[in-house]
Amino acid sequence: MDSVGNIILYFIIALAIIVFSVLAVTTRKILRAATYLLFVLFATAFVYFQLDFEFLGAVQIAVYAGGILVLFVFAIMLTHKPGKESEPLTSEKRALGLSAAVAGVAVCGYALFSYGQFCVQKLLPAGDYSIEQIGKALLNSDKFGLLLPFEAVSVLLLACIIGGVVVARRR
Amino acid sequence: MMDINILMYLVPSLIMFGCGIYGFITRKNMIAILISLELMLNSVDINFAVFNRYLFPDQMDGMFFALFAIAIAAAETAIALAIVINVFRIAKKVDINQISKLKF
Repeated sequence: MDSVGNIILYFIIALAIIVFSVLAVTTRKILRAATYLLFVLFATAFVYFQLDFEFLGAVQIAVYAGGILVLFVFAIMLTHKPGKESEPLTSEKRALGLSAAVAGVAVCGYALFSYGQFCVQKLLPAGDYSIEQIGKALLNSDKFGLLLPFEAVSVLLLACIIGGVVVARRR
Repeated sequence: MMDINILMYLVPSLIMFGCGIYGFITRKNMIAILISLELMLNSVDINFAVFNRYLFPDQMDGMFFALFAIAIAAAETAIALAIVINVFRIAKKVDINQISKLKF
């Protein structure tokens, strides 16, 4: 049994996710799309907080809302005139996109709702998701340790830094 | 009162993914396509965390999957925006139907 505040917070989050993700792909001003994406990312971070993943929510806010959104805004500022709207969609392209999206959502939704034993799954008490446990799991090299993907991501980020400098450099 | 069950998190995530598909197909602007891509990646991250928390609450593997997915998505977005800026510098436009220098 969840508390009333938790349920109200859940409905606010779910409504924000649905409304702002629809707005982010239908608005014709590109900077507004980026702003709506920011709201969706914040709502996602609140989902993580509600599921007791505090560290994941903090990473979501710091990396997505703090890092990627700033990159998006800078790229938009560098490549667009302010206030310019994109041209309206042609009807066949909109029909194609709508049919693909509706077909995908229908297939996945049918799979979700037909597998009914999910729905009765109660929220079990949370395990130990403390920073100490996360750090030990990330830097552990035994069978369930995650040291190898951790180091692989560090190499990936280095390659990304070098690639970003090489691609965006003025010749 | 009611309980928040696992389906109530998966349905907003599914709608977010559908919006991402729609935007990915209909948008012409490259940055708007990237925004739709971010929506899709984000909904997958929610699914990882929700399945981890509801089905295996004493483990953290889904959380780490979401963590690494966030890191890789950040790297991918940085490179993609660098490419977009470079394309804009060369072709002076960012719409995919106007950039045809690599065709044929």
